[in-house]
Amino acid sequence: MDYGFTTAAYVVAAILFILSLGGLSGQESAKRAVWYGIAGMALAVLATLAGPGAGLWLLSLILIALGGGIGWVVATRVQMTEMPQLVAAMHSLVGLAAVFIGFNTHIEMARIAGMSMEARAALDGFAAVIAHKSPVEIGILRVETFLGIFIGAVTFTGSVIAFGKLAGRVDGKAKKLPGGHLLNAGAAALSLVLLLVYLQSGSTLALIVMTLAALFIGYHLIMGIGGADMPVVVSMLNSYSGWAAAAIGFSLSNDLLIVVGALVGSSGAILSYIMCKAMNRSFVSVILGGFGGTAGPAMEVTGEQIAIDADGVAAALNEADSVIIVPGYGMAVAQAQQSVSELTRKLRARGKEVRFAIHPVAGRLPGHMNVLLAEAKVPYDIVMEMDEINEDFPSTDVAIVIGSNDIVNPAAQEDPNSPIAGMPVLEVWKAKQVFVSKRGQGTGYSGIENPLFYKDNTRMFYGDAKKSIDQLLPMID
Amino acid sequence: MKIGSPRESHEGEARVALTPDSAAQLKKLGHDCLVEAGAGMAAGITDAAYEAAGVTVLPDAAALYAAADVVAKVRPPTEAEVDLLRPGQTLISFFYPAQNTELLERAKARGATVVAMDMVPRISRAQKMDALSSMANIAGYRAVIEAGANFGRFFTGQVTAAGKVPPARVLVVGAGVAGLAAIGTATSLGAITLAFDVRPEVAEQIESMGAEFVYLDFAEQQTDGAATGGYAAPSSPEFREAQLKKFRELAPSVDIVITTALIPGRPAPKLWTEDMVAMMKPGSVIVDLAAERGGNCDLTVPDQKIVSPNGVTVVGYTDFPSRMAAQASTLYATNIRHMMTDLTPGKDGVIVHNMEDDVIRGATVTTAGEITFPPPPPKVAAIAAQKPKEKVKEPTPEERRAAEVAAFKAQTRNQVGLLAVGAVLMLGLGMVAPASFMQHFIVFVLAVFVGFQVIWNVSHSLHTPLMAVTNAISSIIILGALMQIGSGSFLVILLAALSIFMAGINIFGGFLVTRRMLAMFQKS
Repeated sequence: MDYGFTTAAYVVAAILFILSLGGLSGQESAKRAVWYGIAGMALAVLATLAGPGAGLWLLSLILIALGGGIGWVVATRVQMTEMPQLVAAMHSLVGLAAVFIGFNTHIEMARIAGMSMEARAALDGFAAVIAHKSPVEIGILRVETFLGIFIGAVTFTGSVIAFGKLAGRVDGKAKKLPGGHLLNAGAAALSLVLLLVYLQSGSTLALIVMTLAALFIGYHLIMGIGGADMPVVVSMLNSYSGWAAAAIGFSLSNDLLIVVGALVGSSGAILSYIMCKAMNRSFVSVILGGFGGTAGPAMEVTGEQIAIDADGVAAALNEADSVIIVPGYGMAVAQAQQSVSELTRKLRARGKEVRFAIHPVAGRLPGHMNVLLAEAKVPYDIVMEMDEINEDFPSTDVAIVIGSNDIVNPAAQEDPNSPIAGMPVLEVWKAKQVFVSKRGQGTGYSGIENPLFYKDNTRMFYGDAKKSIDQLLPMID
Repeated sequence: MKIGSPRESHEGEARVALTPDSAAQLKKLGHDCLVEAGAGMAAGITDAAYEAAGVTVLPDAAALYAAADVVAKVRPPTEAEVDLLRPGQTLISFFYPAQNTELLERAKARGATVVAMDMVPRISRAQKMDALSSMANIAGYRAVIEAGANFGRFFTGQVTAAGKVPPARVLVVGAGVAGLAAIGTATSLGAITLAFDVRPEVAEQIESMGAEFVYLDFAEQQTDGAATGGYAAPSSPEFREAQLKKFRELAPSVDIVITTALIPGRPAPKLWTEDMVAMMKPGSVIVDLAAERGGNCDLTVPDQKIVSPNGVTVVGYTDFPSRMAAQASTLYATNIRHMMTDLTPGKDGVIVHNMEDDVIRGATVTTAGEITFPPPPPKVAAIAAQKPKEKVKEPTPEERRAAEVAAFKAQTRNQVGLLAVGAVLMLGLGMVAPASFMQHFIVFVLAVFVGFQVIWNVSHSLHTPLMAVTNAISSIIILGALMQIGSGSFLVILLAALSIFMAGINIFGGFLVTRRMLAMFQKS
């Protein structure tokens, strides 16, 4: 079949992908949208197989089926609490694929460069496309290939490390080799020099050295970022995988790859931006790791943390008319979402208004809490975003904080010297009563003291979140 | 320990300091309860009810005083009752030590410990044993009921077939606990309620109860109640004049006046003078809750209801809580029970009279042969001093408009600037790059643009599915591998095959997990 058909199929596929992303604006339309995406992908793959340049399509189909089988098993088995790891792992695959395809382009280029004019004319498929390029175009192609491999390699090791950190196989703390970001800068500068070398000579060695440098950057960059910043990291890697696809698209002159790469790249970029904004930190400061310097001594926290037992919490819940639950990563760690859902169901059956307040950076992945709650069958229309619900705290009887810390820290508003000053937070302390379910005393990931725990209307409900909530359940009547 | 309640000896007193309910709670603290026969009769509690709750009923007061370690009663004891006390015994009751110095001396001489329920400090922790407040609450309610019983009209306005009935206008003077209870009762009966208090900080509380706060046009800074433990302080003569002038203005228009103004340790201030009574309409009612301390109204006669020459009824009863003995006994017994809880920290029936505790120290007026009244000021301030409210400056419409216009201009400038820079860069690129590259580049820029537009609309709660689906979609990179697998060397085929395999995992994994997640989102 000819080129026209493939192009037409690509246009349709691109539209389907755009619709598929656009459909995610609402929960109901999203269920349809995912099918647009699947249809788009199927169309694109079939059109490419049928179109010019493809060969060995039987092998291709078998490989897709094999990979698909693995993907299917993983997708059906994965726990919702493991979503961040899964997403990171998938990014690494895209990154590695981009590196391989980039190298293929390079090999083809090298092969064709050595051919005579007659031999070139006899080529077909991808090689033929390259063969017809002018010297300037070859130069551009080299830059594109180089970029594709660079981004792909950074994405690959970065995602592998992010996966390790999220899965708990690599220590979640921020770690840097001696030399810190200078090493990264050095590797980046080296890559730039190698780009010029490669542009001139097309040397394979330059490409391989650059790949190693990029792999190192990915590894070292992500190692230097702590666990709670993972939402930004994962969405950033998401963005990179898109840009890698776009760069490969340029080198292969494939518009669909470019379009989809750009869509994914901008999607990841926006997510990173939203996450950074929610932490009131610049993208650079997150990537460079660690919290910004403080302007002065932090405000003294006075008072004491007052503990409460399940009886007290249950009594307050029984009397309350409106309850807001603020879940955080601690809820996911304790696997408490089912218990929380059961508690919600019981309270709602008593005619109480129960809602959830979700901070944009709660959890380890953008929207992580929403997915966990949805899995536990909490209806999505009582799960609110920070901006929707923040004004309602003063009129709320009971706020329950489960496994979150920094996102409910009043120091962000009250103490201009706090490292998180200015970060938008959920104003739980304005509720009439606040219960904090927490493993024990001590500060959270950021090591910042939380004055919320010392407020007059706060009671600390110590213990494992799941056990604590399970204790409450029989007492709600 | 044995806790006993005698029958109240004061004539007409119907309350009792122990109920079957409170006895059950006291038992949990490890105490035994005693009661004098007939003690609860006036409040509707029979001896049989006490016995059913495990309370020992003793025949007379003498037996009770002899058997009990702690005597809990309502009214201050008579001299005869004080003489029944023995050293080491504890008496819990209202005592008014400032007024009853002789009685206090007598109790001291007996060597008993006296805990005065009226001396419980007004701090949040002690609210549960603040008997003055719980009794005042009842008095406020009862005052409105009493007024209604003596008032010839409805409280609420009605339009009936037989004609229109105007609502009653009620003025409550003094918005303490009793005043607020009166306001609440009067408004819920449908009356138009006005309220006055010398403490400006209660205006909000008054308005929250549905009454209108009567503002005084007075320049002098009125004293904040926080300085005096939440009670009113005496006001200056000028202030008093302004206040009376306001009352004279209101007198002809109000139907019911309920006065509750008390200043701790002083006779009640005279706020409703004879001429004001004369200005009121015939049939109006004045209920004076301060009657016991001389009354706020000139005409008040304690314990009596009189009618003025112009037909205004002035109620001067001093036993409002006792007139609602069942309710009052329940609340008072609960206050006593909370006091006992604080006195029995171990919940083991052993009383620890901890004089370091603010509440216990404040309420104890004599112990171990020594008078401990007046107490030192409590360590915790009763009520935080009210901060003067900062006025938020409202921008004028012009200012707001100007700000909006400026914001719009800045936004336009930004956008146009960005577009211009983008266009220049694009043109620059177009000058050097070959046409084939520019073609793809245009597609790329447009796709980025579409991507930004589309992604901004994605709901926050779907960010995880978004990441999973973009993940699946980014496996479009498989197209590259599919195009390459057909050409060239073995190495190319191997790498392309690996890429296809990995992308395959991603495509299926990504889409399936997205679908799984989306299916979980359920509406309630």
